[in-house]
Amino acid sequence: MNWTWFHKLGSPKWFYEISGRWLPWLAWAAVLLVSVGVIWGLAFAPEDYQQGNSFRIIYIHVPAAFLAQSIYVMLALAGVVGLVWKMKLADVALQQAAPIGAWMTFIALLTGAVWGKPTWGAWWVWDARLTSMLILLFLYFGIIALGQAISNRDSASKACAVLAIVGVVNIPIIKYSVEWWNTLHQPATFKVTEKPAMPVEMWLPLLVMVIGFYCFFTVVLLMRMRLEVLRRESRASWVKNEVKALVGNNS
Amino acid sequence: MNFSSFADFIAMGNHGVYVWTSYGISLAVLILNVVLPVLARRRYLQDEARRLRREESK
Repeated sequence: MNWTWFHKLGSPKWFYEISGRWLPWLAWAAVLLVSVGVIWGLAFAPEDYQQGNSFRIIYIHVPAAFLAQSIYVMLALAGVVGLVWKMKLADVALQQAAPIGAWMTFIALLTGAVWGKPTWGAWWVWDARLTSMLILLFLYFGIIALGQAISNRDSASKACAVLAIVGVVNIPIIKYSVEWWNTLHQPATFKVTEKPAMPVEMWLPLLVMVIGFYCFFTVVLLMRMRLEVLRRESRASWVKNEVKALVGNNS
Repeated sequence: MNFSSFADFIAMGNHGVYVWTSYGISLAVLILNVVLPVLARRRYLQDEARRLRREESK
């Protein structure tokens, strides 16, 4: 396998250029997929025979919950890359993805609570799935706080990487919580090995939304990372030229 | 189309409040996640350009 791309990732300039080229395409894909998914899920998908129309919350709840967990795994991977290869960009990715992950966990918890009211009769129950997701939210808060509290960049990135790697234990707990414990939360909607338990008219818009949410995350992450790269490399001549070129046009 | 009228669509069979609250707040969060980095970038670029001009004029 050719590993040059991996080594190039160590170069912030290369990252800045390539991400600038990808960003518009990803942004359009995100807007298109999320719009199609929302309209399809809200207006065209059939209603659930038990839950009626409240089940339509699934089209944001599940994609947000998927992202919340995937982003955390990504933080842990970035942490490993940062610790092992001392790659600066890995720390940028870790720091910038954490707030997005926290927001996604917030959306998953909030839509879950609003969905729980008509379905279970309660906004919140101390169920294994809900509790482990709440712990995920606190892990995100911990990483964000740690990254901001330590002023030395190297120490901060090491501490955050370790916390991200240790906290990844929570991810299989979230995933299997619905199988290990008797939970009120319903089991997984999508399984890799089996066909979905819903009809195709219900899960196809959900799939569109999931892919749309992943594109959305990538767009926001790249936007945040590009700004952070400019900040950290502000002494490099290419950054100075970039700033002048960007501001020179409109002032 | 799963609904016979627009009023039906808004009502969501008595679950309108729950469905629209979820979608509304989630949409607001998504927009916030895009707008904040865009504003931060604009502010940073302006500050940085000013700093560079000061440095050059010295």
